[in-house]
Amino acid sequence: MSAELISSFKPDLLQTAEHELCPGCGHSPAWRVVLDVIAELELKPVLLAGHGCYTQLMTNSDLDSLQCLHGRAPAAATGVKRMLPDTPVITLQGDGDMVSEGLHEVLHAAARGERITSLLLNNGVFGDTGGHMTATTVVGQRTKTSLEGRDPELHGTPIDVSRLLAQIDGAAYVARGAVNSPGMVARTKRMVRRALELQMAGAGFTFVEVLTMCPTGWFVGTAQGPEYLEESMMATFGIGELKAPAES
Amino acid sequence: MTKRLMQGSEAVAEAAIAAGCRFFTGYPMLPFTELLENMAAKLPAAGGVCINAASEIEAVNMALGAAATGARSATGSCGQGLALMQEGIAELALNELPVVIFNMARGQQDYFQATRGGGWGDYRTIALAPKDVAEAVEHTQLLFHLADLYRTPVILYGDYVIAHASIGVDVVPLAFPPTPPKDWVVDGTTSGTGRARQIWTWALGKPNTPGPGPSRAWEDIAAKYGQIARAEARHDVDRGDECEVLVVSFGTTAVFVDRVVEDLRAEGLRIGSFRPITLWPFPGDALDHATRGCSHVLVYELNGGQMVDDVRMHAADRSVVRSIGGVSQDNSGMRQGDLLSADVLRRRVLDAVGLPRGAS
Repeated sequence: MSAELISSFKPDLLQTAEHELCPGCGHSPAWRVVLDVIAELELKPVLLAGHGCYTQLMTNSDLDSLQCLHGRAPAAATGVKRMLPDTPVITLQGDGDMVSEGLHEVLHAAARGERITSLLLNNGVFGDTGGHMTATTVVGQRTKTSLEGRDPELHGTPIDVSRLLAQIDGAAYVARGAVNSPGMVARTKRMVRRALELQMAGAGFTFVEVLTMCPTGWFVGTAQGPEYLEESMMATFGIGELKAPAES
Repeated sequence: MTKRLMQGSEAVAEAAIAAGCRFFTGYPMLPFTELLENMAAKLPAAGGVCINAASEIEAVNMALGAAATGARSATGSCGQGLALMQEGIAELALNELPVVIFNMARGQQDYFQATRGGGWGDYRTIALAPKDVAEAVEHTQLLFHLADLYRTPVILYGDYVIAHASIGVDVVPLAFPPTPPKDWVVDGTTSGTGRARQIWTWALGKPNTPGPGPSRAWEDIAAKYGQIARAEARHDVDRGDECEVLVVSFGTTAVFVDRVVEDLRAEGLRIGSFRPITLWPFPGDALDHATRGCSHVLVYELNGGQMVDDVRMHAADRSVVRSIGGVSQDNSGMRQGDLLSADVLRRRVLDAVGLPRGAS
């Protein structure tokens, strides 16, 4: 059997394959695995998205969607899930949205053990605004608001939100993947699948962080994105399951 | 039809549940706290959910999410907490989600907040200001209806007196005309059908179901508020026999005005009262009519002068409008101060019309 090229067909859950994301952007492959898992599990979820480049992934997807205020998707998702306890609820946020503006909301959603799946597309930079420092920008990363590179003396250090969430009892599953290689994409897909399965089993708050490439925001060449991610963000944060219930 | 002695907060909670409220959330803050406590105690038994939120910002966004599923949803605080919610209130207005917001205010300094709002965009919030607990019970139910009818956030402007007064009340469920079907909810049922729904302030829709986009959507929303302004203004007026003096007040302060007007009228003064029941839409036409022929229009509000702007805008002769209220809080900052007094009000009315304080 020949391998199917990822670009050779459009998932049914996308209403269009057209998008305005930059060449080399990691959001598309990350979202692709989410849509594939939703289809494989035959879920009919509600999607809540924040504000960022990835918002168009919500718009283009054939999923009931609620656009949320910056940082507030986990709070709004709480209202949705409490009224629709049997419906899968997924939030989609970037690092600026979740970790800079909305750290409060995601931590408290986890602490309540809300039975939602929160997804963080972490590229360590405000891509939509044109390359500014977020709470996850790694030390040394040049942005338009850390011109000489993020300096701990001046700008502090990046927040590892997965590590924070893994310490909270209400969080049932916390994992960090990436999309800078086919192997990483496959591994991330397994994480997303596990998170959604656990949500549907009522396990508690489930969380998958995906490190994604943003060569535009990082001011590196498009083709350098995957390798740069490995050297910068992956080296800082690491990859793997930080918290998972024993396999049943 | 039996009255039961209960605190205003309990009566309002029962009214909200009678109106179908099934999601409530808030962050404790006096004098809103008891409403949250009562909802926490009563809502689960009615099949609903009450969440003690971790902030007012979280609360308003939780309420927004619940409303997006079609549930009747509410939150609240006092004016200080509503200040934190303003971004969410604007969002509710501009993505057209119905949520009832209870402002159990610490005084009357939230008039601008209730009628002008602090969020961005072209929107207003219907704001009802009951004068007592019985009216608060009616207003609460009316607000859930109006929120669904117009798909908009609405505000109950209560206060310390409404929240804390213990009084005999009968919470009678009120019937309202049907509201439009909620064919816009996001509940997952249309996911994967090719016609998935989307709620977004920009109103651009999805590729298969394009929306009007922000400019058209916001124009339509602004027009909707124009329609509400024409249809929903409510007021209470007592002009007696062609009054020369009209006292304008809102909320629980009006109870004091009623008493003083009654006394002074008995003493021969041609005096009346006017109360906007909806702070927005302000009953401007009714005030214009009520103030015709008046030589004194006296605005009694416990703030630095907020509603007086609306009174001047609509009075038949703005030159006769005077403020006789003022900032007045007790040292706790939670409730009205000494200015809320029939004696003080009486003196201020008599001073304003140039009569000796002792008699008229």
